[in-house]
Amino acid sequence: MDYKDIKGRIFNIQKYSVHDGPGVRTIVFIKGCPLRCRWCCNPESQEFEVQKMQVGGKEKIVGRDVTVAEVMDNVLRDMPYFRRSGGGLTLSGGECLTQLDFSEGLLRYAKDFGITTAVESTAFAPFEKIERLLPYLDYYLMDIKHMNSEKHKEYTKQPNELILKNAAKLARSEHTELTVRVPVIPGFNDTEEEISDIASFAASLGVLRLHLLPYHRMGADKYAGLGREYLMGDVYPPSNEKMQKLKRAAERHNIKVQIGG
Amino acid sequence: MSKFYSGTIKKSGRITRLVENLFKKMPEIEADRAVLLTESFKQTEGEPVIMRKAKAFAHITENIPITIRDEELIVGSATKAPRGCQTFPEFSYKWLESEFDTIEKRDADPFYISEETKARLREANSYWEGKTTSELATSYMDERAAAAIEHNIFTPGNYFYNGVGHVTVKYGEVLEIGFRGIIDRTRAELEAHSVAEADYSERSAFLNAVIISCEAAITYAKRYSRYAAELAEREKDPVRRSELLKIAENCARVPEYGAQSFYEACQSFWFVQMLIQMESSGHSISPGRFDQYMYPYYKADMESGKITREFAQELMDCIWVKLNDLNKARDAASAEGFAGYSLFQNLIAGGQTPDGRDATNDLSFMCVEACMHVMLPQPSFSIRVWNGSPHEFMLKAAELTRTGIGLPAYYNDEVIIPSLLSRGLTMEDARDYNIIGCVEPQKSGKTDGWHDAAFFNMCRPLELVFSNGVDKGYQLGHRTGELSDFKTFDDFYNAYKAQMKDMIELLVNADNAIDEAHAERCPLPFLSSMVDDCVKCGKSVQNGGAVYNFTGPQGFGIANMADSLFAIKKLVYEDRKVTLEELKDALDNNYGKPLPQKMVEKTAVEVLKNMTDSGIEINDEIVAKVIAEAGKNHCSEADKARYGRILDMIDEIPKFGNDNDEVDAFARDVAYTYTRPLESYKNPRGGQFQAGLYPVSANVPLGAQTGATPDGRLAYMPVADGVSPSAGRDINGPTASANSVSKLDHYIASNGTLFNMKFHPSALAGKSGLEAFVTLVRGYFDQKGSHMQFNVVSRETLRDAQKNPDKYRSLVVRVAGYSALFTTLSKSLQDDIINRTEQASI
Repeated sequence: MDYKDIKGRIFNIQKYSVHDGPGVRTIVFIKGCPLRCRWCCNPESQEFEVQKMQVGGKEKIVGRDVTVAEVMDNVLRDMPYFRRSGGGLTLSGGECLTQLDFSEGLLRYAKDFGITTAVESTAFAPFEKIERLLPYLDYYLMDIKHMNSEKHKEYTKQPNELILKNAAKLARSEHTELTVRVPVIPGFNDTEEEISDIASFAASLGVLRLHLLPYHRMGADKYAGLGREYLMGDVYPPSNEKMQKLKRAAERHNIKVQIGG
Repeated sequence: MSKFYSGTIKKSGRITRLVENLFKKMPEIEADRAVLLTESFKQTEGEPVIMRKAKAFAHITENIPITIRDEELIVGSATKAPRGCQTFPEFSYKWLESEFDTIEKRDADPFYISEETKARLREANSYWEGKTTSELATSYMDERAAAAIEHNIFTPGNYFYNGVGHVTVKYGEVLEIGFRGIIDRTRAELEAHSVAEADYSERSAFLNAVIISCEAAITYAKRYSRYAAELAEREKDPVRRSELLKIAENCARVPEYGAQSFYEACQSFWFVQMLIQMESSGHSISPGRFDQYMYPYYKADMESGKITREFAQELMDCIWVKLNDLNKARDAASAEGFAGYSLFQNLIAGGQTPDGRDATNDLSFMCVEACMHVMLPQPSFSIRVWNGSPHEFMLKAAELTRTGIGLPAYYNDEVIIPSLLSRGLTMEDARDYNIIGCVEPQKSGKTDGWHDAAFFNMCRPLELVFSNGVDKGYQLGHRTGELSDFKTFDDFYNAYKAQMKDMIELLVNADNAIDEAHAERCPLPFLSSMVDDCVKCGKSVQNGGAVYNFTGPQGFGIANMADSLFAIKKLVYEDRKVTLEELKDALDNNYGKPLPQKMVEKTAVEVLKNMTDSGIEINDEIVAKVIAEAGKNHCSEADKARYGRILDMIDEIPKFGNDNDEVDAFARDVAYTYTRPLESYKNPRGGQFQAGLYPVSANVPLGAQTGATPDGRLAYMPVADGVSPSAGRDINGPTASANSVSKLDHYIASNGTLFNMKFHPSALAGKSGLEAFVTLVRGYFDQKGSHMQFNVVSRETLRDAQKNPDKYRSLVVRVAGYSALFTTLSKSLQDDIINRTEQASI
């Protein structure tokens, strides 16, 4: 089968995005994720199954099956903006590694058309899988949420050993540029020590950039829409002062730190 | 190191105070100009009209009260009161008299008018009975054209009631040689002709009129010079005294002679700008490429150390304030179409030099800075963009966009230059274009563009197709056939094209009738002194003396018509889900939806008036009955359900604005139904008609004259704005919307197209927001769009969008790392963004 005919399941295509890779980008959201982060702002991304979600009083079907070519026909409509800004395609999710053939197809297609590619991923998969994407991938935006595996597991339902091991391998890859991203979640990883640990680890791998992404509650309504409980309760976004403090803590490790993507 | 100074420049306290003083009171109408004009005209009866105009202009400039406002550095005010306006009875006056008692209270652009002024104006106006351009235009106009205006197919009200304006003169030449230089040149021209030449009398009358007008401008400036010197004598504050002495010195020299400094150039510019608007009431007197013609003076003064950048900026800021000191009262209907007291004095920065190099300089940046300092609607500020525009200039402009004042508008050289070439401009002239008024390109000092010549509502001819040419019981259009005659979509579409073509012919007739009236009754010698080749060919601008002559009426409602005709094609002819008759029934009944209260009241008023006219006595009971009847929706529940189903079907088919190639290609074709027929017509000045596709703000009032349309738009709601998709119909984000609009043919609409996008300030937050914004402009322009402007909306708008999501379905906000359509977000997120606005808006 031609790789352009490979089917995959997505739940959204978001254009005119500026924070997940360089320039103006189109983000394709892949459905399905092995992690279950409590704060996840896209809870409809977690299950591979097509779901129903209440949005603004109306029922919305979340998830549709499309081919690589169909997605890319849509993505490439914004070519003029990619060309002007060095932008391109970003795969987010969900976790793009859960639909490897499809994700590989999308990235390959994008590179054929000369646009930049990025994934936003947890890298929670055997490295052989990840490796398949690398020839077509410019930027790997990798989530590292915590250095303590037990705590990681408690909040995401998965341990972090594989993730950290893959981070080290990705940092050595010559194909792609690795950026580490940390969702800053109050009560989970928002101490200077915890952020500092992640920064230190990233710096030791030679990673150049660290993004601190402050927790937000924008996904809260979606939990209700899916008939699920929002477990973050009364946790509120970290203050700007707090974020600045964490930024300074991370910067002590000789890594370029920015707040937000 | 950058070539440019792109940083911020401190705003002086003076500017803050000048702005405050400008807006302390409601604008006022003054009578002096009308009285002086009339005095002069009474004394010159029997002389050539051009000479009478010149003498009247001189009489006005010699006698009209002058004033220097507190702390001003640039002087010259058309009225005693800030933001006041004079009147121009030579064009029309009856509308104003009929509004004497309501103009202060009306919604759009109210003006204060004193009883004394009313009396003086009544007295002066009485002279003008039967002598105005509008009366002459009426008698020139074909009956059917007048009927089409009466039936709101199009409205040429702008030039029917007012002067034409819409011009950029040779500011650079006045700065360089002064009016003395122009007088010398005119005199030489006069001497070069023999008195025995066949057209000598006409030529000499015109050239002498030019000389008188230029002398009048000099006289006016000298009055200011003397007045400033008097004020200086009385002034106690030594700083202000020396400022006033400097003003006296400036006004003694310019605009009589060429400017010798940047300050003099600024003052000279201002006299030209305001006196053009003293001579005639036409709006859109556009300063054009200010950063180009002012630059030599700035550069020389900076190099010699004569001024600081801060002082140069302060002078520019003063001009920006002064541009808001001028005002214009329009009739109530026009005021709605041009809402916001706008004079559309378009000033443009950046672009290319006539020989094709990048023209951006430090003044281009300082123009942006001036807009940020004064934060007022004038000048209508524009940016020219070409492939070689410096990125830092784009970013600076984007910062201005982010402030939310709706400026600047962005224009694409890569479309406009070839478009002007196709209209016969030379390469050098095309590269040197600037924008007039809203979006209309012209070559300064050589063009009488008659831009903005009428609003043409493309939706109304479709109504004529449905009614076989009948409007409100009157056979207005041709009989294009009964609905049952339209066997194929092409039959229907051809009927639309036939109605369009017919109405366009009437539009041309109306415009040309008005054109003749201006030439005959209101030639403008002062304006003509600064437009090539008037002096050389001995003819005023109004008589065809300009090098390039156009008439540019603008069509609007493209998106509605594209969506409507596409819906008919799909639903009636391809899917056969509904018949034309059923659709007509739904349209006639506004899809079963109630009519807006305002329209109900309007209908009731009309009915009541008819009753009184026919002698029926009216009491409260009858009034209540009539209102109830007018607002009643006579549809049965079954009808309503049926109409509702039709509306649902319409909603489901693709709409223009979503990057759908099929609909977008269709929209391109629909736009041609206006742009193509129009370009075949000629005007009395020997020029060509050319289409614009933009509505100013007329899409709202003219929408209120349009019934329900087959795109699902309800009766009397606004029609689509410019070439933008219908409000709420583009639901795939800004890039998809821009891609769709770029698929129209912008080259053929050489009188300009207008694409309006709504953004929330958050979408432009931070460096990445600005960069993405510039990318959007660049990406749209790469695809050959012509113009783009941005409405950066406030929290109030967002609140309204929460309540009325259908009105705002294409409003873009920045959510987190991405921008999204506001109305698609959850309530809590919307609240969040509304709360964030306080920080995000600057």
